[in-house]
Amino acid sequence: MTKLAQWLCALALLGSAWAALALAPPGLQPPAPLRRALLPLPVYLLVAFGCYSLATVGYRLATFNDCEEAAAELQEHIRAARADLRRRGLRLGDQ
Amino acid sequence: MAARGPGRVSVLLPTYNERDNLPLVVWLLVRTFRHSGIDFEIIIIDDGSPDGTKEVAQQLEKIYGSDKILLRPRARKLGLGTAYIHGMKYATGNFIVIMDADLSHHPKFIPEFIRKQQEGNFDIVSGTRYKGNGGVYGWDLKRKLISRGANFLTQVLLRPGASDLTGSFRLYRKEVLEKLMEKCVSKGYVFQMEMIVRARQLGFTVGEVPISFVDRVYGESKLGGNEIVSFLKGLLTLFATT
Repeated sequence: MTKLAQWLCALALLGSAWAALALAPPGLQPPAPLRRALLPLPVYLLVAFGCYSLATVGYRLATFNDCEEAAAELQEHIRAARADLRRRGLRLGDQ
Repeated sequence: MAARGPGRVSVLLPTYNERDNLPLVVWLLVRTFRHSGIDFEIIIIDDGSPDGTKEVAQQLEKIYGSDKILLRPRARKLGLGTAYIHGMKYATGNFIVIMDADLSHHPKFIPEFIRKQQEGNFDIVSGTRYKGNGGVYGWDLKRKLISRGANFLTQVLLRPGASDLTGSFRLYRKEVLEKLMEKCVSKGYVFQMEMIVRARQLGFTVGEVPISFVDRVYGESKLGGNEIVSFLKGLLTLFATT
């Protein structure tokens, strides 16, 4: 099953459960407080997911490692490489 | 119980206009492999670079020997996927390392890839910039935000079981890479993503090693709107077809 199909199935399942409970005819309705919470639930979940996304991306952005040492080490290695390659007869371009 | 060695490792280096970086990458690769005692070969696939990359590659072949440096060039720029397929035909190793030739990937991580592979008998070991002490040098806040945002979207939509899908510093078992190259059809970033997604579909295991990505090119090649759009298109295609 593709990811898209999984999502559609999950949405269909949750969607029909929500619709059955929230839009039930008067005889089969769940108690009033439950219905009050149920009706806007999809929107709540969407907003909650939005907040989660922002928080997660924000956190990951803030903790994105800056590899200063790696860059410095690379510069050293480049120097050593150029010197050694010149010794071995490589004709390098200038930079 | 002594672990079996990894056998030979073949490094595929597709190049285009890397006259300055190629000798440095090769020097670092040779040093890393000799230092760690791992048997290796480096396959350079140059796509007709106009800047003389091929001539530099020929000098390297003379210096290090044609059993270690294999020149398998092509006439024109034909794309990364086909470069891998072309290079793999000549690979004699059990494992294949793919990496960038512009020094953003440091060969020093390759022994760590191998160690990880042996530790978990993984089919693929992927270098990740997003976990552990992996990271990036040379990116501004905007670039980092785009990277993290895109990766988050990818994780939500594809749940790939790997933290860095667009990375291109990886170790593959040779048979696994061959199998994957048959199945993958995308281009660019999405191609790297598709490899991991298809690998998981086929039941292959993926291990991860934190790597540092040193971007010395970013200042010249900004991440444009076009790239972002094609990334999103590719992501949605993978979402709908895998």
